[in-house]
Amino acid sequence: MNIFFAIVRRDVMLALRRMSDTMSVLLFFILAIVLFPLGIGPELNVLSRIAAGTIWVVALLAAMLSLDRLFQIDADEGGLDLLILAPLPLEVVVIAKCLAHWLVTGVPLIVSAPILSVLLNMSSDGFLVMIVAMVLATPTLSLIGAVGAALTVGTRRGGVLVSLLVLPLLTPVLILGASAVDLALAGLNAVPLLMLLGAVLLVAALLCPWAAASGLRLTIE
Amino acid sequence: MPLGGCLGLASDYRITLGLAIMVNLHRFANPNRFMRLSGFVLPWVSGIAAITFAVGLYLALVVSPPDYEQRETVRIMYIHVPAAWMALFSYTLMAASCAVALIWRHPLADVAAKSIAPIGAGFTFICLVTGSLWGHPTWGTWWVWDARLTSVLILFFLFMGYMVLFDAFDDPTKGARAAGVLAMVGFVFVPIIKFSVDILELRTLHQGASVSKLSTPSIHESMLWPLLIMALAYLAYFIALLLVRMRSAILGARVRSLRMMQAERASRVAIAPERL
Repeated sequence: MNIFFAIVRRDVMLALRRMSDTMSVLLFFILAIVLFPLGIGPELNVLSRIAAGTIWVVALLAAMLSLDRLFQIDADEGGLDLLILAPLPLEVVVIAKCLAHWLVTGVPLIVSAPILSVLLNMSSDGFLVMIVAMVLATPTLSLIGAVGAALTVGTRRGGVLVSLLVLPLLTPVLILGASAVDLALAGLNAVPLLMLLGAVLLVAALLCPWAAASGLRLTIE
Repeated sequence: MPLGGCLGLASDYRITLGLAIMVNLHRFANPNRFMRLSGFVLPWVSGIAAITFAVGLYLALVVSPPDYEQRETVRIMYIHVPAAWMALFSYTLMAASCAVALIWRHPLADVAAKSIAPIGAGFTFICLVTGSLWGHPTWGTWWVWDARLTSVLILFFLFMGYMVLFDAFDDPTKGARAAGVLAMVGFVFVPIIKFSVDILELRTLHQGASVSKLSTPSIHESMLWPLLIMALAYLAYFIALLLVRMRSAILGARVRSLRMMQAERASRVAIAPERL
């Protein structure tokens, strides 16, 4: 357990000391959201209609940006070999890396999403559901993303490839998350969709560490 | 009347056939043996594919009656539904081959998985295009974002992702393994695609399966028979294509290793001719 938290602490520390990496994801999120009113036009009712979906899509893309660094830096510096040799099962190491990734990218996205939804004129009825949905969905992004990141460690064109592999797998999360917020905005019960998001998270937590770990082992060998 | 949703039948023959092919691959792990056997089987399967396509297309496009509501457009179903079945079947078989390759390091399973991917992507593409052609006169739109269409589109991207990841590595064995893990993770989507219409029955435009039970299908015999013959034709075509691709992949690997040996010998002669 100590090793687990040591890995989480190390990754968070590294991210905090290299603030520009963490900030760039957040800034991308904000900038891309700002582009939508400029591209679509500033009509408030149109913006409030597309607010939930836009925020979810952009959050997904922002999370993609940070994924290629999840294992690549460690692989380049040789730290990954040590992590594979660590007394902890590689699956648990992957969970630790995912937790650190979520703390560094998922949490800022969750915090900034309601603020950005104000920019898009989203009604405040959806705030609570949006935050709960994001709390359930962002760890799934990190977990499924870790699979893509692990499988592309040995390749040269990491970044685009990760998105290509991971985005199709993330479509259920996007659909469930955006629909939950839309339901809440329409005054309907969003709890079933939130439960489904939770179910997706549980399945991802079960499958993804295994897949990412076997991907790392196979490609590093 | 049915277009597309008749995926139910797939589960009946998919599992048994998948197992049969896997067992075969196991017994014929030796590429030489595989080449001999596939060389013998290939003309027969190709012949069956040609005959069943001719008979099936004749029955489907000429003999079978037009639908009461859809009129002649119902004939697209005979192309579309088997393509959808084969798309899911291909992915299942590809994921199974990847599992065999990862677990038992079976030499032919990687070749099989790599050979299936473009064929499966092709079937998925046919399914999407014919569905869209059928949707325009029937639903009044080329494309709707309903559960079945979206999930089949995602299946197409899963095939694409597999192929791209396979080629992204300098070392083909690494590429095969990484892509294999991806294919197995993506397999989570197969049940979602298969049951997307059943689960979201009320919220989706695409109809449910019409051929879910062979004993009492909700499709008339005059349409069922052409459909089943077309399904057989697609299956035979799939097997023939798979064998051709696997054979050419094996021969390609042989040519590569022969060239490497030749280059090695040439360089050895160039460096130290007296030692040979």
